[in-house]
Formats: sequence, structure tokens, C-alpha cells
Amino acid sequence: MLGPVVAGLWGTFLPAFGHLPAAGITGPSLDPFRYLFDWAGLPRAMMLSITTGLIATGVSLLIVMLITAGWSGTRPFRLLERLLSPLLSVPHAAAAFGLAFLIAPSGWLSRLVSPGLTGWDRPPDLLIIQDSWGLTMTAGLIIKEVPFLLLITLAALGQADAQRSVAISQALGYGRLTGWLKTVFPRVYAQIRPPIYVVLAYSMSVVDVAVILGPNTPPSLSVQIVKWMSDPDLAMRLEGAAGALLQLLLVIGALVLWRLGEIAAGIIGRRWIMTGRRGRFDAVTAQIALGLGAACALAVLLGVVVLTIWSFAGYWGFPDALPDQLTWRNWMRHGPGTLEALGETALIASVVALAALILTIGCLEAEYRYGLHISQRGIWLLYLPLLIPQTAFLPGLQTLMLGLGADVGRGPVMLAHLVFVLPYVFLSLADPFRAWDTRMGTIAAALRSSPNGVLWRVRLPMLLRPVLTALAVGLAVSVGQYLPTLLIGGGRVATLTTEAVALASGGDRRAIGVYGLMQTGAALIPFALALLVPAMVWRNRKGLRHG
Amino acid sequence: MDKGLSLRDVTISKGGPPLLSVNHNIGPGEVLTVMGPSGVGKSTLLAFITGTLAPDFQAMGEVLLDGHDITHAAPHQRRVGILFQDDLLFPHLSVGANLAFGLQPGGTTEARRDKVNEALAEVGLTGFADRDPATLSGGQKARVALMRMLLSEPCGLLLDEPFSRLDATLRAQVRDMVFDRAKARSLPVLMVTHDADDARAAGGAIITLGD
Repeated sequence: MLGPVVAGLWGTFLPAFGHLPAAGITGPSLDPFRYLFDWAGLPRAMMLSITTGLIATGVSLLIVMLITAGWSGTRPFRLLERLLSPLLSVPHAAAAFGLAFLIAPSGWLSRLVSPGLTGWDRPPDLLIIQDSWGLTMTAGLIIKEVPFLLLITLAALGQADAQRSVAISQALGYGRLTGWLKTVFPRVYAQIRPPIYVVLAYSMSVVDVAVILGPNTPPSLSVQIVKWMSDPDLAMRLEGAAGALLQLLLVIGALVLWRLGEIAAGIIGRRWIMTGRRGRFDAVTAQIALGLGAACALAVLLGVVVLTIWSFAGYWGFPDALPDQLTWRNWMRHGPGTLEALGETALIASVVALAALILTIGCLEAEYRYGLHISQRGIWLLYLPLLIPQTAFLPGLQTLMLGLGADVGRGPVMLAHLVFVLPYVFLSLADPFRAWDTRMGTIAAALRSSPNGVLWRVRLPMLLRPVLTALAVGLAVSVGQYLPTLLIGGGRVATLTTEAVALASGGDRRAIGVYGLMQTGAALIPFALALLVPAMVWRNRKGLRHG
Repeated sequence: MDKGLSLRDVTISKGGPPLLSVNHNIGPGEVLTVMGPSGVGKSTLLAFITGTLAPDFQAMGEVLLDGHDITHAAPHQRRVGILFQDDLLFPHLSVGANLAFGLQPGGTTEARRDKVNEALAEVGLTGFADRDPATLSGGQKARVALMRMLLSEPCGLLLDEPFSRLDATLRAQVRDMVFDRAKARSLPVLMVTHDADDARAAGGAIITLGD
């Protein structure tokens, strides 16, 4: 999977130094960078990339760690766990639209309290969405990264022997939260480091959320890169490529900064442990963390609710809490368009997710049969496509394909999706696949079942639920892809996500509601099936009900 | 041809001095008990015989079953049956389907079903074919696991602390049943255990590892 990434980076590197034979321009020259630095919006765009990335990652991590520290194993925590899969599967773009419809001056929250509490009978003149500091955009990222990091943390907790460590520290007089932070956190953090770096790189270079919630003048660096790359004037691609290279450097810089922060946190943490403080503010801190976590979950869920309402809304004047009437008209108008986009989305997602699943099972089964072990370095390799900002290598890949005369379209889009889908499918299936009791394999072989027989007749049926979950993860990731579809598809592949994001500038809330809801459904329904199908197939098999 | 299971100068090590070496011949219907505390590599010896030894171990020597050298055969072609301390019934299959999994291919559907029912009747579980294995008691599961293994017509039998999860009364009962069936079929049996009672009940030679 490194091939496309490396090729893409090369395809970014050349035009950034003024070499683009397809446009009749040959280099090398530093002109693209000169133009880039002449752009008045650059310092602001760079700042936005850095602040949104660092703040979104830092705050999400803080919320997740404090919730886990204060609440793991309790009833509210289990409720949050239950909400995880649906929260995760809501695509970024839909969550961003939902948030916008909630907190905008004319959004649902303001409608609910107006004019009763606020006295507003028209939307207040506040710049909340697309604020120039990128705060709303950061919030939009946080509500989606919190469930992701929580999922990763849960997976890591299993291997950290957390419960006993916390029990011991509580017996020594430590508060639950402080005890967790001092004993479990270091182990958990070491495990979840790669996905945290992924979140940082992603938040710095995200495009769809930035288009919907981020500032316009200037936009964040990644949005501007995409603008340059989609300019009909091929020469603008040089500037875009230079920007992409700058974006890559920014991400690398931020990763280094984060690493330094880790070291500093380590030193401070060790001192804190030496002080022997037992944690006086544990209860309050845990309450606040839970409140923030619940707010994130609510923001996503209510966002989907408000998208639903808008998709059925007739006339809905300002401070009314609900529309005057509900109607099918929006669905009639946009239905045919969404169905077409849904077909394209479903086709791409199924092919890509299935391919990723087959590759993953092949890898894991080979690992089992030949006794191979994937090292820590191998894990980083798996994460690499997710660590390089999409804006850094996708434009390059597009330019390369243009240069080769390769046709843009569905096939290349699928390949590009696979680069991002495969790591998630692998990470989703690897743990349950490896946790399977290999003595089952020994028994089956002793009963004269061949290796393939063991795989098909014993292992995969027993792992039906994690296999289907991994497939659903793959589908959801593919459904949510914006940039690869837009750039590699050359604007000719219209999925629900590209169509929905394209509606952002128009501000037709009813159309956005319809497309956003369809997009959410396309990602959510596979997850529901991944829960339902095994429960039905194995309804008479108690031994698999919790597997 | 020599009947039985022969371990010829079997030595297993893990990048250092040998963990164990065994040189023994188990005749048909005989039992060899390998004893020793946990962690001395008793189960490693069984993994070597079933062909599932982890690659970080090095093994030397030969394993012969009824005169055939099976040292390098694929696990599913060795005809060595094994029982673990857990029943390890396949949770996605019914009790009957678990037994049919062990049954050698061939024969009509009715004939196969009859064989499965016969096997169930032999251990007093008539009418259990459609049950979910997870709903069986510990003793019942152990009996199903035994019959599943016997239906695959193995030429030798390995026992990996097979009775340690059962309580005292059940234990003697299941143990007798396993040894009786093995004797009736003239199978050589290799048992690893850390329980002296099991060793005594087996009544064969005893090797103690880890001294």
C-alpha cells in the first residue's frame, strides 16, 4: 500500500519545483514556492492548520483519557461504549453539517431557547460557523475524534491489565482517576500512539470538515491546495503542489512538536508520581470529563436528528423549534440524485471493503500458518498512509495519472480508497483474529481437516461477527472518503460524500439534510447488519453470543 | 510393522539447552504418562507430535505412528487424536455437527447420521444431536469431545491434562471412559498431567520431566 503514497509524493515533489511536462512546464525552478509565499493568506492558513490540528488532537485525547480514567467499568461508561459504533460510523461530513445546523445563530439550539430565553426573533449576527479562528471546525473534529480515540483506548485497555492496577492504587489510597493516570495511562498511551499521530495528521489536513465548518477568507491550507488543484489553469497546480509539500512539512513539524510534548509530559508525569499525591479533585475532574464526552456524543446524535428534521421540513421560520409542516417534497426533489450517488457510493465501497477484507484475512492467515510476527515497525508501516496528509500525496497521484494519460474514474478511485480502507479493516480484524484459540485449529487438524478447511469451516464461522464488523468499518471509511474521490475521480465520480460537501457553499439546508442523512445511513446500516446477522445466524449458539 | 507410537530420541529446545528429551515406545493399548510441574514443556512435546510446534522451538528426533514416520507430515495427515483440558467443541456447530466434523467423509447422509447417533448413544447422550454445545454440562461436553475425536479414527491418542477441569467424581468417571475406549480400540496413549491420581489410573509407564 506504500506504492501509491510514494508515487503520489513524487508526483507532488516534481511540480512543486516547477516540473510539469503535461502542462508544458519544465523545471526545476523555485517559482511555485515564490508564488505560494506571495499569497497573502498563507500565514493565516498555516496557523489554522497547526492550531486546529494540535487543539483538536489534544482536547480529544484529554477528554478520552479522563473519561476512561474516571469511569471505565462503570455504568455511564458502558452506555458510552454502546454508542461508540453508531457515533463512529457517522461520516465526518454529516457530523459537521449536523453540528453546523445545531450551533449556527439560526441553528436548532438557538431556536429551542428563542425567543423565550434570549428574546431573539431573528438570528443574531454572530459568526459561529466558519469563524476565522477555526474554533467551530476544531469542535467538529473533536466530536468525531473522541469516539475514535475511545475505541482505540478500549482495545488497548484489554492488554494493559488496567483493572488490577487501579484496584492496587485505590488500595494505596489513590483516587480512581489519579490512580489510573499514574499506573495505566503510560502503558495505554504507548499502545495508542500511532492512532493519535493519525488523528493529528488528519486534523491538520482535513478538507471536507474544513469546507463545511472552517473559515473562508483565507481557508485552511488544505482547502486552498484543493482549490488550486481543481483550477482549470494547469499552472495553478504548481502552486498547489508547493502548498502540498508545505502541508507535509507542517505535519512533520507538528508530529515532532507532539513528540517533544510527550517527552515533557513524561518528565512532569514522573515528578507527579514521585509527589505521591492521591488526587483531591478526582471526582470533579471525572464529572467534567464525562460531561464533555456526553456533549460530544450528543452533538453527533442531535446533529443526525436535526439533519433528519431538515430533510422533511416544509416552511421553518426562525425562532420556531420545529418546522410548520413535515413533507416528502425534499425527498421527492433530491431522491433521484441521491439514489444515483448512493449506487456509486455503494459500488465503490463494497468492492473496496471486500478487497480490503480479503487482503486482511490473507495476511492474518498467512501470519498464523507460517508463524510470522508483525513487528512494531510493521505496525507503523500500516499506519503510514494515514500519517501522510491526504492533501500531500493525492494531488501528486492525480498529476502523475494525468501525466501518464491514465483515465480518471471509478477504478483509480477504488484503488485510492483501498489505501485508506485497508489499514482500518486490518486494525479492526487483527485483534479478534489473533485472539482466536489456536487449539481449535489443532483439534480440527487432528480431526483431519486441512488448513483451508480449518479456515473456512471453523475459524471464519466462529469469527463471523468481527469479520462482518471489519467489513462494516471498511464500508464506512470508504463512504466517508472525500478527497480521494474528488481528486482521483477528477470530479466525475459523484458519491454521496462529494455531493453533500459540494452543497456546503449553497446553504440549502433541506438538500443537505437529505444528502447528509443518506450518507449517514450508507455508513450506519452495514454496522447494524454486522450486529444483527451474527445474532440471527448464531441465535441458538450461546458460546458465540459474546464473541 | 511396529504398531504403536514411537518417540525416537525426541529433543526439544528453545535456543538453549534441551527442554526435554524422550525416547520411548508406546504399544497399542498402552499408556505413557509424562509428568512434571507446569512450564517444563509437557505440552510442547504434544505440539511436536501433532505438528503444531511454534517456530521458535527447535526439535530433533522422529515420531513413528504404526511404523510410519510422521515427523514432517502435515498436522491433518498424521492421524493423531488429541484432547485438551477444555472440551473445545466448535461453538458454531450443534453437538451432532461437531461429531460429524470428526467423522471421516463418505457414506450417505443417513448412514452418517446413524453413526453420529450411535456414538452419542455409546456415551449415554441419545437425543443430544441438535443441542447447542454451550448448553451441555462439563461431563457431557467431555464425552462429546472424546467421541468426536474417536470418530476421526485416529491411530494414536494424546491427552493434554484432559481431566484437570472436571470435579473429583466426574473426573474418575470420564477418565475411566477415555482409557476404556482407548484400550478397546488398541490405541497407544500419551498423557501429560501434573496429577498423580491420573498417572496412577493410567497404569502405564511414567516419565517425570523437570527434575
